[in-house]
Amino acid sequence: MSNRAINLLVPIVSVILGLVVGAIIMLVSGFSPIAGYSALWNGIFGDLYTIGETIRQITPYILAGLAVAFAFRSGLFNIGVEGQLIVGWFAAAYVGMAVELPKVIHLPLAILAAAVAGGLWGFVPGLLKAKFHVHEVIVTIMMNYIALHTTNALIKTVSDGGDSTEPVFASASLRSEFFENLTDFSRLHYGIFVALLMVMVMWFILDKTTLGFELKAVGFNQNASQYAGMNVNKNIILAMVISGAFAGLGGAMEALGTFEYVSSKGGFTGIGFDGIAVALLGMNTPLGVIFGATLFGSLKYGALNMPNAAGIPIEIVEIVIAVIIFFVASGYIIRLLLLRAATKKEAK
Amino acid sequence: MSFLEVLYFIVPSAIFYAAPLIFVAIGGVFSERSGVVNIGLEGLMVIGAFIGILFNLFFADTFGGATPWLALIAAMVAALLLSLFHAVASISFRADQVVSGVAINLLAIALALYLVQKIFGKGQTDFITERFGRYNVPFLQDIPVIGPMFFKSVYNTSILAIVVAIIAWFVIYKTPFGLRLRSVGEHPMAADTMGINVSKMRYIAVMISGALAGIGGAIYAQTISGDFGHATINGQGFMALAAMIFGKWHPLGAMGAAIFFGFAQSLSIAGPSIPYVQDIPSVFLLILPYVLTILALAGFIGRANAPKASGKPYIKGER
Repeated sequence: MSNRAINLLVPIVSVILGLVVGAIIMLVSGFSPIAGYSALWNGIFGDLYTIGETIRQITPYILAGLAVAFAFRSGLFNIGVEGQLIVGWFAAAYVGMAVELPKVIHLPLAILAAAVAGGLWGFVPGLLKAKFHVHEVIVTIMMNYIALHTTNALIKTVSDGGDSTEPVFASASLRSEFFENLTDFSRLHYGIFVALLMVMVMWFILDKTTLGFELKAVGFNQNASQYAGMNVNKNIILAMVISGAFAGLGGAMEALGTFEYVSSKGGFTGIGFDGIAVALLGMNTPLGVIFGATLFGSLKYGALNMPNAAGIPIEIVEIVIAVIIFFVASGYIIRLLLLRAATKKEAK
Repeated sequence: MSFLEVLYFIVPSAIFYAAPLIFVAIGGVFSERSGVVNIGLEGLMVIGAFIGILFNLFFADTFGGATPWLALIAAMVAALLLSLFHAVASISFRADQVVSGVAINLLAIALALYLVQKIFGKGQTDFITERFGRYNVPFLQDIPVIGPMFFKSVYNTSILAIVVAIIAWFVIYKTPFGLRLRSVGEHPMAADTMGINVSKMRYIAVMISGALAGIGGAIYAQTISGDFGHATINGQGFMALAAMIFGKWHPLGAMGAAIFFGFAQSLSIAGPSIPYVQDIPSVFLLILPYVLTILALAGFIGRANAPKASGKPYIKGER
């Protein structure tokens, strides 16, 4: 079996194993896995409305996945996508509600604000990594909590003590009448085009620019890159800023498309952490991220149908996602087993 | 309120909030000292809290006052079993330890909430009836000033936490086991050459961290929250991780940091009734532990160096 085939098989095997574990858990706890998974299926593809909502759910997942994948390619683990997404959400909503401008200026401005806020949130761990060699994992985790508490305080200030801001002006909204009519008034919005555009942007940066070449080189070997005359510190900071900007855009999707406001949160949205799963499953490639986001976004939205249709708690899907991450991370052992199976076949 | 009254109020509540953090942070010290990063502390704490509450609810009638203590043991075992997943993935399967930890976090909260839905048919459990008691330390409580501050009506669990921290310090720094543990985390190849079983040491360390994190979670649930829901453990595990780093991977340092973070937590909750503190917006107190951790890592508060081999799977024979 070729290396490439095995690389493709690892995520597929992981997904299958995840679904099998989910089925076993449903069976053990007295539910029918067939009823459960068909409820899940109907929750994703049941009618035009659910399909619209599923694509709506996939949109921020693509951007969160891109954020994690971009950092990974530069040898960095951005576990702070969650925080960057939250500050992006707030920034976009604030720009969207605070001023009223013509749509051609207002909408790009609000989206840009989210990217800048997310980028800024990624800049801090990038700077600390480059200047002080502080591990980015811990800093980004801490930045997540700082983001959560800070935006909650800002929302309170902006809304005079309330729990959520005013809705954004129509001139900053991504809402799409065309999609609404097409999908039976789901909340599907134009953000999906922004997300797909960013997939192109990531592919272009990584594969077609000098910057991308340097980022990947730094990801492979910092010492070699340094020796070749690349500015490693600059590249680390840039990678984190771009990654953070992707995450911030994910927040803009929620701020300008799905909800059109921002409300204070008791805990994390989970999109950022699921972004890690998306990137891993997509093998950190732009195209792979689309597949990963489609899978996890669909599972996440489809699960909402499970309690009503089959009486199964929605958390079963979270369990499935966690197990998939676990198996993808343990790719070494799956690879080993696949290779062993392949050589056995050849020996026969 | 006079200054002393404020202290009488704030210091016990700081120690009260610190107790679960101390347990979990010490667990983190064990794991990271052996070279395994454990981001999954949060998830292990979730399982500990869930099993602790579950055991307490089901067996309160049978065991009466001893229930919370037995619940601690049940929680310890459950979290230890979950931590085995992390151990197998990151030690034997050579998985990225951070990714595996993230998976543990997602799995723990999902599994716990799934079971809560299944058993109780709603989003959170009922409230427990048997809680940990308070305790007056004989003689010491009569010391003026210090007595009422530290030794009057303290929670048993707080005393236990401090005792465990001291034991952990002794084990890690004064026993052959501790020396082996540290050597495996600093230079596994050298340790392997000296005949230490690297994988075995790491398995034991991760299991200890799971057990302690489970206890920490159960203490949090049975002293502070009283029930279990989706927001019961909300960043406590990561705060313990922060305490471990702020304490420079040292058990007593981690304990000190945990008490300090407990202080910040109790200030942010009790702040509005304390002079001067009430003028500070509570958001600053909320983010204080996280900001301090970043500053500590950046070297502004003394250098904090992680164990050298932390985060890397050990592959025999690789140079």
